[in-house]
Amino acid sequence: MHRLFLAALLCLPAWAWGEPQSIDRISNDPVIEHRLMVLSEELRCLVCQNETLAASRAGLAIDLRNEIRDLMVKGYTDKQVVDYLVARYGDFVNFRPPLKPMTFALWWGPFVLAALAMGVLVYYLARVRVRTARTDVLSKQDHDRVNTLLSKVREDGNT
Amino acid sequence: MVRYLGPLGIFIILVIFLARGLMLNPHEVPSPLIGKPAPEFLLPQVQDANQQFGRKDLLGKVTLLNVWASWCVACRQEHPLLVQLARSGRVEIYGLNYKDTREDAMRWLNQLGNPYKVSAFDQEGRVGIDYGVYGVPETYVIDKQGIIRYKLIGPVTPEKLNKDILPLVKELQG
Repeated sequence: MHRLFLAALLCLPAWAWGEPQSIDRISNDPVIEHRLMVLSEELRCLVCQNETLAASRAGLAIDLRNEIRDLMVKGYTDKQVVDYLVARYGDFVNFRPPLKPMTFALWWGPFVLAALAMGVLVYYLARVRVRTARTDVLSKQDHDRVNTLLSKVREDGNT
Repeated sequence: MVRYLGPLGIFIILVIFLARGLMLNPHEVPSPLIGKPAPEFLLPQVQDANQQFGRKDLLGKVTLLNVWASWCVACRQEHPLLVQLARSGRVEIYGLNYKDTREDAMRWLNQLGNPYKVSAFDQEGRVGIDYGVYGVPETYVIDKQGIIRYKLIGPVTPEKLNKDILPLVKELQG
């Protein structure tokens, strides 16, 4: 029983230990709440990295949602809010990585690989065709033999 | 024999990529603040609510800014090392007390020792957001001009201190 309890304790993430609970300050303005909901679906919670900022219950995520509400009240556009977060936490807060030289490989890499694979496939098939075509070609001798045989069959058929 | 070299090469490249991925810590998000001026702030001090502490107090010397909280377990782990470093006098350490109560913070300093010249009291975690804090403890090296040169997420370990932080501090002091 003691062991089980200890194991359960170890499962608690260290940062959750007694961290003061933050509370969402829900705005009276439904437009802001809606914008927040849509925007925070696109943003990453940095503490629990595979959760969106919208879904997370981590203290920091709640703080950041409150921060975004405040920024929106101040008149920030969605893009300005994202820029504000990127300036502090980096591109990682975006679930959709932005397109820039550092992420070119990420965005185009799969297409480049697919094109390469297609190239290899086409090259391989072409080589196979050349090889099989070469063995299919009949020598002049065989060709004449086939023709004589065929004409014989046709004559037999006519009679 | 030769025709196996292609797939083998591809396999080796794949293994290198996967091994590299395994060794990276996904919780260490590179900070966009490195090389940028430390964000402006002005907060009351932990020990004296009537006195303020801000970015301008960090200027003119190389400093460590350590984000800590009494509720943070890993902070307890790094604390003796910070006390020791402060005693050695090699670099001034300042604290940013993050989402804590003044009472708990004071108790912590009295019980475990106070390595900080001054600790700023960031009860709401607002300054923490400006500094991109997402997992206490975090430690910043800030140069004489107030530019962030290095950020460590997680506890300061003897290894990180001797390999990364102290050499950088020495270089910036020189």
